[in-house]
Amino acid sequence: MLAFNFFGATEGGLFDINATLPLMAIQVVALTYILNSLFFKPVGNVVEKREKFVSNNIIEAKNKLSEVKKLEADLLTQLQSARTEAQRIVTEAENESDKLYKEALELANNEANSSKEKARLEIEIQTSAARDQLSKQADDLSELIVNRLILEK
Amino acid sequence: MLTNFAALEVGQHLYWQIGNIRLHGQVFLTSWILLGALLVFISLGTKKMENDPKGLQNLLEFLWDYIRDLARTQIGEKVYRDWMPFIGTLFLFVFVSNWGGALIPWRLIKLPSGELGAPTADINTTIALALLVSLSYFYAGLSNKGWRYFEYYVHPTPIMLPFKILEDFTKPLSLSFRLFGNILADELVVGVLVFLVPLILPIPVMFLGLFTSAIQALIFATLAAYYIGEAVEEHH
Repeated sequence: MLAFNFFGATEGGLFDINATLPLMAIQVVALTYILNSLFFKPVGNVVEKREKFVSNNIIEAKNKLSEVKKLEADLLTQLQSARTEAQRIVTEAENESDKLYKEALELANNEANSSKEKARLEIEIQTSAARDQLSKQADDLSELIVNRLILEK
Repeated sequence: MLTNFAALEVGQHLYWQIGNIRLHGQVFLTSWILLGALLVFISLGTKKMENDPKGLQNLLEFLWDYIRDLARTQIGEKVYRDWMPFIGTLFLFVFVSNWGGALIPWRLIKLPSGELGAPTADINTTIALALLVSLSYFYAGLSNKGWRYFEYYVHPTPIMLPFKILEDFTKPLSLSFRLFGNILADELVVGVLVFLVPLILPIPVMFLGLFTSAIQALIFATLAAYYIGEAVEEHH
């Protein structure tokens, strides 16, 4: 049955303080030393070693990242200048080819014009030659006709 | 039979007589069993420490981290390392005692007198722990600040002196009685409920007891760390 025996008893009771107290204190102190060597020190070493490792890695990674960013910026400026350079070269080449084309076109035009002129002149010469010849033949023919007519008489 | 099973024995002890001194045997028996289990658990977990923690090591590292956070927030960055094993031991001891007392059906083991239960339900254990905390904070203050530790007693104004002196007595008193009262009350409530209604009804109270037990362990360790932190704190 329920046996409540709080204070009255000469022996026992809830607040019976005796040598259990100092012995328990000694036990807890001993436990502190045991746990320190069994638990806190070894686990602490492992955890702190890992934390150091991780933080070192993070620092290293950050350094590398900043380096990468610097290189990236470098490359970007290089790329930019290369692009403008390429643009410049392309424009130059376009202008050059345009100039060359115009020159060639002019040259060809001139040549064509001159040969056309020459051909025209030749045609004219030949035409006049042919006309001369024709008129000479006509003269010859007319002279022949005239002579024949005179002879028949 | 049920009444026998559920009987409560409050204030009964299993006495061990060694020469002139008398001990509460049941307290030592349970504490040895529980601390033995704790040490076995810890030895297993720390047997093969690896950089990639697995299984038990993971759990122990979590525990270590938890205790470190507790010690660091209360004591401060400068000296928490010195006191972390003590705070951690207090936490583990109280936690293992409370939960061991609540989870293991000790009543199945019959003793000639008294009964097995949480070691923290005995006033001797809690006073021992509280006095250790008192000694610790005195030692921490004196070793860190020398005689300047006593400036703390007159810190904002000398009017505080009697209250600060009174505090040195109320701190261990409140620490020990809080733990003792909570754990004993929990055991009593569960015991009475099991005695009255042996089925189902005690279960929520048992869960509440587990909760209280864990909270009490946390409170004890936190307050111990806070007192030490208060003693080593530098006033400007």
